[in-house]
Parts: sequence; structure tokens; C-alpha cells
Amino acid sequence: MSAPLDRADSRVRHDDSLTGALRSFVDRVKSGDLGMLPVAVGLVVISVVFSILNPIFLVPNNLVNLLFDCATVGIISLGIVCVLLVGEIDLSVGSISGFASAMVGVFWVGQGWPVLLAIAAALVMGGAVGWVYAQLFNRLGMPSFVSTLSGLLALLGMQLYILGPTGSINLPYESALVSFGQTLVMPPAVSHGLGLLPGIVMLIAGQRRRLRRGKANLSVPPLGGLVTKAAVLTAALQGAIFYLNLGRGLPWMFGLFVLLVVCLNYGLTRTQWGRSVIAVGGNREAARRAGINVRGIYTSAFVLCGTLSALGGTLAASRLASSSQQAGTGDVNLNAIAAAVIGGTSLFGGRGSAWSALLGIIVIQAISSGLTLLNLSSSLRYMITGAVLAIAVIVDSLARRSRISHGRG
Amino acid sequence: MAQQPILSLRGVSKKFGAVSALTDIELDINPGEVVALVGDNGAGKSTLVKVLAGVHQPTSGVIRYEGREVTMDSPAAAMKLGIATVYQDLALCENLDVVANLFLGHELSPYALDEEAMEARSWTLLQELAARIPSVREPIASLSGGQRQTVAIARSLILNPRIIMLDEPTAALGVAQTAEVLNLIERVRDRGLGVIMISHNMEDVRAVADRIVVLRLGRNNGVFDQTTSHQDLVAAITGATDNAVTRRMEKHQ
Ligand SMILES: Nc1ncnc2c1ncn2[C@@H]1O[C@H](COP(=O)(O)OP(=O)(O)OP(=O)(O)O)[C@@H](O)[C@H]1O
Ligand SMILES: [Mg+2]
Repeated sequence: MSAPLDRADSRVRHDDSLTGALRSFVDRVKSGDLGMLPVAVGLVVISVVFSILNPIFLVPNNLVNLLFDCATVGIISLGIVCVLLVGEIDLSVGSISGFASAMVGVFWVGQGWPVLLAIAAALVMGGAVGWVYAQLFNRLGMPSFVSTLSGLLALLGMQLYILGPTGSINLPYESALVSFGQTLVMPPAVSHGLGLLPGIVMLIAGQRRRLRRGKANLSVPPLGGLVTKAAVLTAALQGAIFYLNLGRGLPWMFGLFVLLVVCLNYGLTRTQWGRSVIAVGGNREAARRAGINVRGIYTSAFVLCGTLSALGGTLAASRLASSSQQAGTGDVNLNAIAAAVIGGTSLFGGRGSAWSALLGIIVIQAISSGLTLLNLSSSLRYMITGAVLAIAVIVDSLARRSRISHGRG
Repeated sequence: MAQQPILSLRGVSKKFGAVSALTDIELDINPGEVVALVGDNGAGKSTLVKVLAGVHQPTSGVIRYEGREVTMDSPAAAMKLGIATVYQDLALCENLDVVANLFLGHELSPYALDEEAMEARSWTLLQELAARIPSVREPIASLSGGQRQTVAIARSLILNPRIIMLDEPTAALGVAQTAEVLNLIERVRDRGLGVIMISHNMEDVRAVADRIVVLRLGRNNGVFDQTTSHQDLVAAITGATDNAVTRRMEKHQ
């Protein structure tokens, strides 16, 4: 057989070996394609600093609590990733989540609906709110930061309205929803078993890709690299799970969050819809001329964001065992947006991934948990989280500038 | 001519507010024919192409596709009819790689993208165009102007269209790549496709065009063929026998 199709040009250095992969990674970072690097560095720094200040920070049970807390805002942040990718924003995700949590409380506890029906109603509400934003954007050209800012206030009003004068509804402690949000963890066998899955999937998908590339007369990446990657990943996961199992164990709620991340990641990277989302975020007019239904893509992004925010709000209610006037207010909005940006999803559209919500929210919650352990007041927590967001946005802007000057769009 | 045109325009006009970019345009495109669209800067060539590509909607006039009256209210509608377009501004997504751009909106197996088949197809297509593209997995932003133009041309071929419209396809291309694009135009013509080509390069136009349609200030200004003299063509484009081009030529004789 002749040389692989993609190896005909002698000007290109092909980085097949392990050192080669490292070299191309350094090249990418230098040209402003930072990806997950800032967040990885950030996590290490945070862990080191906080565990020096207070050794309790790295105790297994504190990390388990941290994962419980990550899931709620993390799911909201997943929705933010969708709208950021198309180059828009939803500033009302906190209010959507708060209204959703109020709906669950009012319908389930107040009106006696079945819990699943109440949750479904909340999710439909979230989707509908997203749909309205999309219509305002598509038909009237209303900038999303304006429409969602008015949505923020309107939804907060509705939340206060349906909660009524008491302002807070306690959810029954012994219910499945509350234990899901507070105590349910995987048995060690289950968590270790699930921890094997990513490595196995990576091996199977990678091997399948190698075979298909060979058949298509394209260069085939070496098997060794694939096996190494899968082995390292599996070892890391098993180690982390073992450590968490020394405490209470891996929360099911966090498992749900990771499952959603994996699903969204598949949608964004492996489907036509995901391609279209990235294209619309990168160059809206080019996407339209390629025959993409641009309005449909915006609608899907806003609806997905609203629905995920409502789900996040529902889980927040289960986490706190209450629906209150405070749900979804304060720093929820900003944390959700900050998590996506810190994780490497660009505010300028067309660049990012579902994983950024996961990594970003872990960073934010780690900071918040560390500061709580130091007995710092929330005033200081707000200031520090604000500063972290500012840094993330600065990194994003600088990286974008560097990409442009390095010709990587 | 007995055969029916694939595309025919009657009285097509396009206004942008107060500006009449196109006025009463008449145009027929036959299968297996290359029509060159020429005219000065701002004559309305790109606007006409965009109207036919569904990017702009005509203010008035009738467009017939294989005898049927059609309205193309979006680029997707035009593509569905089999009209492929290479835009003057290329319209590529700089944040996506070459493969993703080539198949944008028409990816293979939409629910589990077939990256391998798309990449292999990209390489063969680009080789046909003698493209010098080092890697199809780099974002478009890292390519040179000519490489981008080749990608845009390759993209128009992905869907097996009935008509291809190329808006200044060779403007940024090297000698070899220009020759390949002209070869390609002849190849697709021989396959029975209709081709609309816009170019300011009269040599290229004469090399491949069966008919030369001149636009001037948004109006039809004559239809010529390869036998027309250079002077007559220039006169039609500029609208006067006494123009900057002929004066220069006289000065240099
Ligand atoms: N979107 C628009 N809005 C307003 N006016 C426009 C628009 N697009 C084109 N025009 C106007 O229409 C006229 C024709 O423009 P067009 O781009 O079709 O010219 P062209 O023949 O392609 O020129 P060139 O050779 O420079 O590419 C110009 O006067 C231009 O200003
Ligand atoms: Mg033009």
C-alpha cells in the first residue's frame, strides 16, 4: 500500500511517539490553545495551598462533600457551556434553578403531586424559558445578555410569588430525593466497577478508530500510546475512588453529573448537532451558508441550558432539603458561568467542551470549601471567587489574542 | 438550443435600501456550460451569486429551476436544489479544521460522525485540486489565503451539485492551483454540470467560458463569447470605448 493519505506532505512533523505528543502539546499551549491546562495547574495550586493552611481540606469526607456540592452548580454550568459555545450567554440560570427548586417544593410538598411529576414540570419550565430567550434572539434580535437579565428578575419574582409569605418549604427528610442529594453513595464495588469503564471505552473506541483509519488508508496512531493512556487513566480513577471510599464514598449525584457531562461531550464532539453548535459559535454567517439551521441551533442551546439549570435547581433543593427564597440567588449564577470559563470554554464562542464544566466547578467548589474551612466570611469568599473569575476571563482573552496572532483563529 | 436551462432568471432585481444592486437581470444557465460573469468592482456579480445561493432574497423577479419557479429562502434550500457556491469571502469557520469545514452541514452519519471516511474523502478531494495542505486536522485559521480558497472550492464539490458558482475562485491561487481549478471547471462541465464563474482575469475567462455575461452597474450589459475581441469586452465592462484601459493600451503601442 502507498503512503497514508495524510503523510504525503514532508513539511509536517508527525508527533507519534510519547515525546512527540508532549512536543505538540507544548506547541499548542504556546500558540494560545490552552485547553484544560490552566484548570489543571489551578487545581494543584489550590490543593497544595489549602491543605497546608488546613489539613482537613484533603480528608476523604471533605472531598466527598465537595463532590456533592459540585453536582448542583456543575449541571447548571453544563448548560452555560452550551450557550457559550454558540457565542451567547444566559445570566438567568441562577433564577431558573431557584424557580425550579421552588416549583418542586410547592408542587410536591405543597400540592401533593408525585415527586417525578413535579420535577418534570420544573424541567419543562426551564426548557420553556430557554425557548423564549431563543425566540427573542432569533426573531427580534434581542441580545441574550439583555433578555436573560430581564429573565433573571422576572423568574426571581415568580419564585418569591409561588413560595408565598412563608418563603421556604422543607422537603421530607426521608424521601428518596433528599437522600439522593445528601447521603446516597455508591457501594465500593459499584464505584470501582464504574471507574474501570472509561479506560475500557477508551481502549475499544481507540482500537476501533485505529482499524478504521487503517482501512481508509490513513496513518494509524501507535497502539502503545493508546494502552498507556488508558492504563494511566484507569489507575488514576481507581486511586481516586479508593481514596473517596475511605470516607463516605462516591455520591450518586456526582455520578449523574458525570453521566450528563459524558452525554453532552458525545453530543458536542461526535454528532452533526455538536459540529453545528461549534460552527455557529465560530462564524454564524458561514454556518448559515453551509446550510445549517442556525436558528434551530440557537434554540437547542438555550433550551438545553434552561433545562439543565432547572435540573441543577432541583438537585440543589434535594441537597438542602428545602425550597427557599434564597435558592439560586447569591453566587449561583456567577459560579456556573465562572466554572465553564475557568474550565476553558471561551466567552467568545466556538471553543470549549463539556468537560470544562466538570473541571471548572471542582476548582470553584474547592476554593469555596477551602475558604469555609478557614472560617472566612462569605464576603471574602465572594471577593476571592470574583477574582478567580476575572483571572479566568483574562486568561481566555489573552489566549484568544495569542491564537489570532499565531493564526489559529 | 433545444435543451432546457437548469437555471433561468427573468427580471431579477435586488435593492439594499436605496442602493439598486441588481436591476432586471436576465440569465440562463445550461447543463454542460460555463458562464463567466464579468464586470467592474461593485457591478453586482457577488450579489447575483448570493441571490442564486439563497443568501439574499431578490426584491422582485422570477427564478426558474429546471422550468419550475422556485424561491430559495435560505442557503439550505439552494443546496437542496443542487446549487453549490464558493463565496468571494469563502465563508469558512476558522475555529474548525479542514475536514469539519468541508463537510459542514452535511456530515457523514450525523449521530456518530464518521471521521475516518470524512478525512479520507477530504484528502482525495484536495489531491484532485493539487492542494498543498499540510494537515487537514489543523484549524482553518492556520492556512494561507490560497489554501483556504482551495478548501472552499473542494467544499462545493462534496454534495454532487447540478450547478457550481465560483466567485473569484482563482484570485488567491498559485499558477499550478489556478490551472487545476480551470481543469476542474472543464471536468465538471463535461460531466454536464452548469458552471457560473466570476473572474477579473480575462485570460482565465477566455480559457474556459462558453459565454461571457457582462454586468454593469447592476444591469445586463451584453453577452459575448470567446471570439469577442478584448477591446469590445473591456468597452462593455467599463461602458465606454474611450476608457482607462484602451487609453493605456494606446499609450503603450
Ligand atoms: N449587504 C449589502 N448591503 C448594502 N449594499 C450592498 C450589500 N452587498 C452589496 N451591496 C452593494 O451592491 C453593489 C454590488 O456589490 P457586489 O458585491 O455584488 O459587487 P461585485 O460585482 O461582486 O464587485 P467585486 O468585483 O468588487 O467583487 C455594491 O454597490 C455594494 O455596495
Ligand atoms: Mg464580488
